[in-house]
Amino acid sequence: MTAQTTAAPRGKAQDARRPAARRIRDSRLRTPLLYLVSVALGLGVWQLVAATSGPDMVSSPKTTFDAAVELISDGTLGTSVWASLKRIAIGWALGVVVGAPLGILMGRFGLVRRILDPYVEFFRFIPPVAFVTLAIVWFGIGETSKIVLIFYTSVFLVTINTIAGVMAINDAKLRAAASLGANRWQVLYSVVMPASVPHVVTGARLAMGNSFLTIVSAEMVAADEGLGALIWQSRNYARIDWIFVGIITLGLLGFLCDRLVRLATGRGLRRFGVRV
Amino acid sequence: MTDSIGVRVKTAPGTAGQARRGPGSAISLREVGIRFGAFQAVADTSLDVAPGEFLCLLGPSGCGKSTVLSAIAGFEQASEGDVRVDGERVTAPRRDTGVVFQSTEALFDWMTIRDNVAYGPRMRGVAKARRAEIVQEYLNLVGLGHTADKYPSQLSGGMRQRAQIARVLANEPRLVLMDEPFGALDAQTREVMQRELDRIWRARRCTVVFVTHDIGEAILLADRVAVMSAGPSAGIKSVYDVDLPRPRDETSREFALLHQRLRDDISQEVRAALRAQGADVEEEL
Repeated sequence: MTAQTTAAPRGKAQDARRPAARRIRDSRLRTPLLYLVSVALGLGVWQLVAATSGPDMVSSPKTTFDAAVELISDGTLGTSVWASLKRIAIGWALGVVVGAPLGILMGRFGLVRRILDPYVEFFRFIPPVAFVTLAIVWFGIGETSKIVLIFYTSVFLVTINTIAGVMAINDAKLRAAASLGANRWQVLYSVVMPASVPHVVTGARLAMGNSFLTIVSAEMVAADEGLGALIWQSRNYARIDWIFVGIITLGLLGFLCDRLVRLATGRGLRRFGVRV
Repeated sequence: MTDSIGVRVKTAPGTAGQARRGPGSAISLREVGIRFGAFQAVADTSLDVAPGEFLCLLGPSGCGKSTVLSAIAGFEQASEGDVRVDGERVTAPRRDTGVVFQSTEALFDWMTIRDNVAYGPRMRGVAKARRAEIVQEYLNLVGLGHTADKYPSQLSGGMRQRAQIARVLANEPRLVLMDEPFGALDAQTREVMQRELDRIWRARRCTVVFVTHDIGEAILLADRVAVMSAGPSAGIKSVYDVDLPRPRDETSREFALLHQRLRDDISQEVRAALRAQGADVEEEL
C-alpha cells in the first residue's frame, strides 16, 4: 500500500520529464518552422493577388523568379547589388563614424548641444530625396553624390540616438568616476563612451534601415548601376518583373545586413550591454 | 552630559566628538544651506566630524540626508555657508573622498570587478603591477578575491556593494561617504554587510559619513549619530554619542535603550513631515 503510493508519483515525475525534453527541442525548431510557414503563406497570397490582377499589374512569383534568373545570369543583379551595397556601406559607415562622436559631444557639452541642436532638428526632417538634384549639382554624377545622400540619411539618426544614450547615463556612474579622481577627459572616454555604446548601436541599426530607404532615391538620376538604378530603368522597359526582383533583393539585403550588424555587435559589444 | 545608561546626548550640534588620530579627514559644515531653485532642501546646518570618526546621518526618507552627503562629496554646491574637508572648501569631487552609492548602477557594467576596483589607481596612472597588488588586497579585504574576473551583472546585490566598497577603498581615500549602501539589500545580507563594514572600518580607520534611515544600522556602526529633522529646510536636530564597545551587541540593554530614544526622536520628525504633506497624524502616541 505504502509502496504503491510512493511509486505512483515517481512514475508520474518520469513521465513529466519526457515531454519537457521534447518541449525544448520543439522551441528550438519552432522559430525557423514559423518563418517557413510565414514565407509560404506570403508566397500564396502573392500568387493569388498576381493571378487575379494580371501580369501587367503584379508579377507572379514564377515570373519574378524567372526574371531573377535572367538578371543573375546576365550579371546585372550581381553588379547592381555590389554597386548599391558599396554606396550603402561607405555612406552608412561615415554616418556612424561622424554621428557617434558628434552625439557624444552634443550630449556631454551643453554649449556644443545648443549650437548644433537647431541644425540637427532642422535637417532631420528633410528627406534625402529633396536633396537629390542638389547633390548631383554639388558633387557631380559620380559616386560621391550617392554616398553623400546615404551619409546624410544616416548621420542624424546616429547623432540623436547617441545624445539620448549620453543623457541616459546614470548619474551615479559619472559621480563615481569623478570622485575616484577621473578628470573631465577621463570621464568622457572611460565612462561616457562605453556607457553609450548600446544607443550608438541602436542608432546605427536605424541608420542602416534608412540607408536602404534612401539608396533608391540616390540612384534615381544618373546612375547606371545599382538596385535603385535597376528599379528606375525597369520603368523604361516596362518590366514589372524586374522591378519586383529589385524590390525583393533590397528587402533581403536589408534583412541580411541588419542580421550582420546584430551578430557583430551582439558578439563583440556584449559587455557594453548591447542586447539585440 | 552623560545620562544613566552611559549614552551621552548632545542636543547642540557642531561640536566634534572626541578627537581621534587616524588617516582620516576632518569635515566641517558651517551654517550650510542647499537650495534647488526655489526649494530649500537643507537650511542652517552645522556639523563637525573628527578625523577617523564614523558618523551616521539618520533621518526619515526625503529629509535631505543625501543632499548633505552630496555637498560633502562636492556633487552639489552649498548655496549658503561653507563645507570644508581638511580645512579646504569643497567645490568639486575630491580624489581623497570616496563615495559608495546606494545604487549598484554606480559600478561600470562593461568592466570586470577587477577593472572596476582598479579604476581609481588607473586614472591617476599607477603602474600596472602595483595596480594588480592593490586590487587583490582590497578584493580580499571585502571577500571578493575569487570573483575578480566577473562582471557586475553576474554578482548578487550584496556582492556588488562589496565591489563598490573595494573600489572606493582601493583609491585610498581619507574620507568615505556612504549613501544608504545597504538600503536595497535583503535583511540577512544587510546584517552581514554591516558586520563586515564594521570590521573593515576598524582595520582602516578613515573618516566615514554614513547615511541611513535604519536606526539599528546607525547604532551598530557609528561613533556618533546625527538625527536630521524632516525637510524641507532640513537640518541636524540632535547628535547622539554611541559609547558602546565594538563589535556591538544588538541584544544588549544599552543598545535597546538608545534604539528606543532614537526612535522616539525620529518618529516626531516623521509625523511632522507627514503633517506637512497634509496627512492626518496623531500629535503623540
